Amino acid sequence: MAKLDSKIPNGPISEKWTSHKGKINLVSPANKRLIDVIVVGTGLAGASASATLAELGYNVKTFCFQDSPRRAHSIAAQGGINAAKNYQGDGDSTYRLFYDTIKGGDYRSREANVHRLAEVSTNIIDQCVAQGVPFARDYGGLLDNRSFGGVLVSRTFYAKGQTGQQLLLGAYSAMNRQIGRGKIKMYNRHEMMDIVVIEGKARGIITRNLVNGKIERHGAHAVVIASGGYGNVFFLSTNAMGSNVSAGWKIHKKGAYFANPCFTQIHPTCIPVSGDHQSKLTLMSESLRNDGRIWVPKNLKDVNLIREGKLKPTQIDEKDRDYYLERRYPAFGNLVPRDVASRAAKERCDAGFGVNKTGEAVYLDFASAITRYGEEQVHVKGLDSSDKNLVKKLGKEVVKAKYGNLFQMYEKIVDQNPYETPMMIYPAVHYTMGGIWVDYNLMTTIPGCYAIGEANFSDHGANRLGASALMQGLADGYFVLPYTIGDYLSDDIRTGPIDIQHPEFEKAEKEVIAQIDAFLNNSGKNSVDFYHKKLGKIMWDKCGMSRNEKGLKKAIKEIQDLREDFYKNINVPGNANEFNEQLAKAGRVADFLELGELFAKDALERTESCGGHFREESQTPEGEALRDDKKFTFVSAWEFKGAPSKAKLHKEDLKYEEIEVKTRSYK
Amino acid sequence: MTLTASSIGRKVAMALSGIFLVLFLTQHFSINILSVFSENLFNEVSHFMGNNPIVQFILQPILIFGVLFHFIMGFVLELQNSKSRKIKYSSYKGSANASWMSRNMIYSGIVILSFLGLHFYDFWVPEMNYKYVEVLPLDPNRYFGELVHKFHSPFRVAIYALSFIFLSLHLVHGFASSFQSMGINNKYSKTIKSFTTFFSVVVPLGFIFIALFHHLN
Amino acid sequence: MNLTLKVWRQANSESKGKMETYQIADVSPDMSFLEMMDVLNEQLMTQGIDPIAFDHDCREGICGMCSMFINGEAHGPDRLVTTCQLHMRKFNNGDTITIEPFRAKAFPVIKDLTVDRSAFDRVQQAGGFVSVNTSGNTQDANAIPIDKHDADKAFDAATCIGCGACVATCKNASAMLFVSAKVSQYSLLPQGKVEATERVMNMVKQMDEEGFGNCTNTGACEVECPKGISLENIARMNREYLYASLKG
Repeated sequence: MAKLDSKIPNGPISEKWTSHKGKINLVSPANKRLIDVIVVGTGLAGASASATLAELGYNVKTFCFQDSPRRAHSIAAQGGINAAKNYQGDGDSTYRLFYDTIKGGDYRSREANVHRLAEVSTNIIDQCVAQGVPFARDYGGLLDNRSFGGVLVSRTFYAKGQTGQQLLLGAYSAMNRQIGRGKIKMYNRHEMMDIVVIEGKARGIITRNLVNGKIERHGAHAVVIASGGYGNVFFLSTNAMGSNVSAGWKIHKKGAYFANPCFTQIHPTCIPVSGDHQSKLTLMSESLRNDGRIWVPKNLKDVNLIREGKLKPTQIDEKDRDYYLERRYPAFGNLVPRDVASRAAKERCDAGFGVNKTGEAVYLDFASAITRYGEEQVHVKGLDSSDKNLVKKLGKEVVKAKYGNLFQMYEKIVDQNPYETPMMIYPAVHYTMGGIWVDYNLMTTIPGCYAIGEANFSDHGANRLGASALMQGLADGYFVLPYTIGDYLSDDIRTGPIDIQHPEFEKAEKEVIAQIDAFLNNSGKNSVDFYHKKLGKIMWDKCGMSRNEKGLKKAIKEIQDLREDFYKNINVPGNANEFNEQLAKAGRVADFLELGELFAKDALERTESCGGHFREESQTPEGEALRDDKKFTFVSAWEFKGAPSKAKLHKEDLKYEEIEVKTRSYK
Repeated sequence: MTLTASSIGRKVAMALSGIFLVLFLTQHFSINILSVFSENLFNEVSHFMGNNPIVQFILQPILIFGVLFHFIMGFVLELQNSKSRKIKYSSYKGSANASWMSRNMIYSGIVILSFLGLHFYDFWVPEMNYKYVEVLPLDPNRYFGELVHKFHSPFRVAIYALSFIFLSLHLVHGFASSFQSMGINNKYSKTIKSFTTFFSVVVPLGFIFIALFHHLN
Repeated sequence: MNLTLKVWRQANSESKGKMETYQIADVSPDMSFLEMMDVLNEQLMTQGIDPIAFDHDCREGICGMCSMFINGEAHGPDRLVTTCQLHMRKFNNGDTITIEPFRAKAFPVIKDLTVDRSAFDRVQQAGGFVSVNTSGNTQDANAIPIDKHDADKAFDAATCIGCGACVATCKNASAMLFVSAKVSQYSLLPQGKVEATERVMNMVKQMDEEGFGNCTNTGACEVECPKGISLENIARMNREYLYASLKG
């Protein structure tokens, strides 16, 4: 337990960050030039951290496995970014953002971190606008906002359905400026294979150049992991194909605790699976729930006709539709938080009301929004309000302006026009709230090794609110880590360059090469994807939207067996010294096969339901999640002890001093 | 010259020289079309153009420079462009996203260049010879006759007509495109495009008409 | 459906490549093009053939990583899509599909269909940014109102995903659409306007050094661009460049 010190500063919550910043050690500008920092990953967190660290004067080495830092998966975030600007004057404040995030996270996140996040949220918007990020604006030239799930104010800033892209390109441009100045050395198409810990401190990493297979050693005084989440353990998720847990898992195996691995967000609005060939799932932004209404037919007879293709959803009368979110949660309606919306969709589909061939889809309908906007436009323009076609046409234009790219995306994939017929959606794995355990300074349990963005666990508890991931990534990268890392590095100003000939580098490199050789020399018959898909199926069936003891125990066993089979029967073609995607994937899947087990173990341990983690054994009579605050108001931080099954649980107790812990209700 | 050292600079230079040649073409056409209406007027204007010192010693060298510049730069760019993709596609569907004219400016340009060679041989070389080598006496009424004489041969008229079809194709893309190169792409662009297309069809057709007119008469 | 695929195979940047022909059966029309490639690769591996290397990541049309030249067009026959968003329903049973890498001198082939587009990164590093520090101590985001029209245009330019389809499509392998999108985004916003002159000069200089071809206004890039970036941006860049050159 000694190691699990969250280092939360003393004092009232609203002053913790300010006073902490004022008191921590700094590194002088002249000394920063003597210090190297490695950043792994170039999403919002990694790119913004790299840029700021370089600007402060550190020598930064940044790594990404993609062909350019701009391609990190933050780029795919659609809906927006929260900030407590209160530009709309609707009662927003730092405190309210703080409160909403804690409540949304179902009281399983760390108060001090979340408050800091809410505090710096406003700086992010200022910063991004100064960088030339083209946020949506109204006709007065000021920034526009929209509302997102789980909150009662409009605090989400957006750039159509491409907010993540615009923010990432902003951070990427800040990075480019520093690359141009020579302060960041960028390594594209490089994968981190292991971390090197010398005398208990993170001192570098081993990488593989994905183009020519060269194994390289990189030394630094601190290592920052910004490699994103591990949703791909489910094989099918909204993550990018290359998204992986390897960087996080490698540091876990070298001493970093892994926190709350079972906290996974299943996003309610994704495009349903179309067949066995499916390689990934596509998210439709939560912002769609601002205007779209979710429903399934009330009668099973209609469901069957729809599945047989004999009835169209537009032919079903209003009275025969079940707008189940509006029915069950009148206060928040279609804008309930993600975990609630996902479970509600699953409940309806499990009851047999799913509206596609596989029975796993519900409708997201824009017809009433189109009419509402159309009538507004007709009124504004003084046109004939009885002309139904005109109303529809004008309404469609408004919807197109708001969500055009999402609608186009849907149409390309599903081959149906969502302006005319309701979209079909189903929940899919989207985000992982769990991750590497970090203290208030974002340092892991390995001194000198930091984790930021989705890779860490700290801010979202058991469920993340929409538009908060972008906020956290940028907050960590731009405004938190660059300060807190100085506290640690101030001791390192006399260390000098890290010697990459050190035996620890040698050892780590040897292990990496041994694993690669083992893969290539194995004469199995099954491809990497064969195992990844099997793992994904186990995870989805037994560790997905609802979990129970029996299933989880079975999952652990199945994953163990699968892992054994993987090492026996894997087939990895090609050589080590070439561009070899199968080889890279094999390493990633090997780590998922270990993480998956820890995931299930964590889910088994936590017998309560909270946020995205729903244990069937712990629910209210109405089927809502039932927390057990007495037993589980803590963060599970797992220490690696040679195998996932042997992992040791450490508990960080969560103390709520500012916010009263209540049952989360969106009714 | 830093401007022509960059890709955009060269592109603008192509546009400017192109526009200059379009202006010249307009002027040339305006004079030639007179031959259809009035032999005397045509002779008069031709005589002026042929003997005015400003036209002869200032405008003419500029024109020659403009022509040479446009062609040489065109070839230089084409060469550079073909080098920017060393291995060609085995399947390339150019027609799916761009017009034939825009993709084949070099070919229409080569046809026009060959025609200019013929044209120089037909008119400019004899003219220079007449005025500056043999220094024959001034004859203000010889121009119409010379013009008509050249259009006797149906073969030459055919070459002439064909060349002007290629000129039209070259212009359809080149004229409008020169505005884009100079940075003009706004709400007037549609109008510009219609005008340039109109010009690119009507002027070459006009030249063909003149040739046919004299050939048939 | 059953298809014949002619695919460019090249072991690495040094070796010479050639087209190879493969057959694939039972392709579902609901598959994306890349899912079809996944199936093909699984099939090749069971036959002991090295799987085809191709770039891909987000598979939802935004990361810009996928880069195939399909049947003579960048990202294939559909419009406003990337390869990962192209679905097999655009093809017919019995079709022969030619698949090549994006080709340009500035985009050398790494392996098979994978190319190196770092030239784009270097162009951006030359000036594709606003020189503000990342301290967050800037003025309030609403301090400068921006004309909605300009903000929308800046956004449209900023939607570029840097896939390189414009270069691949252009008969001259010109990168003007890509570079102009970035130049436009910043020159339309007051925050970027301040250093517009230096930006356009530096970015164009780098673009030329990378070995991209010259723009001849064919307009093919605009048609093939998955994000529909407009040629207007190129005109704007020409204008900005001319102005910057004259200003010196």
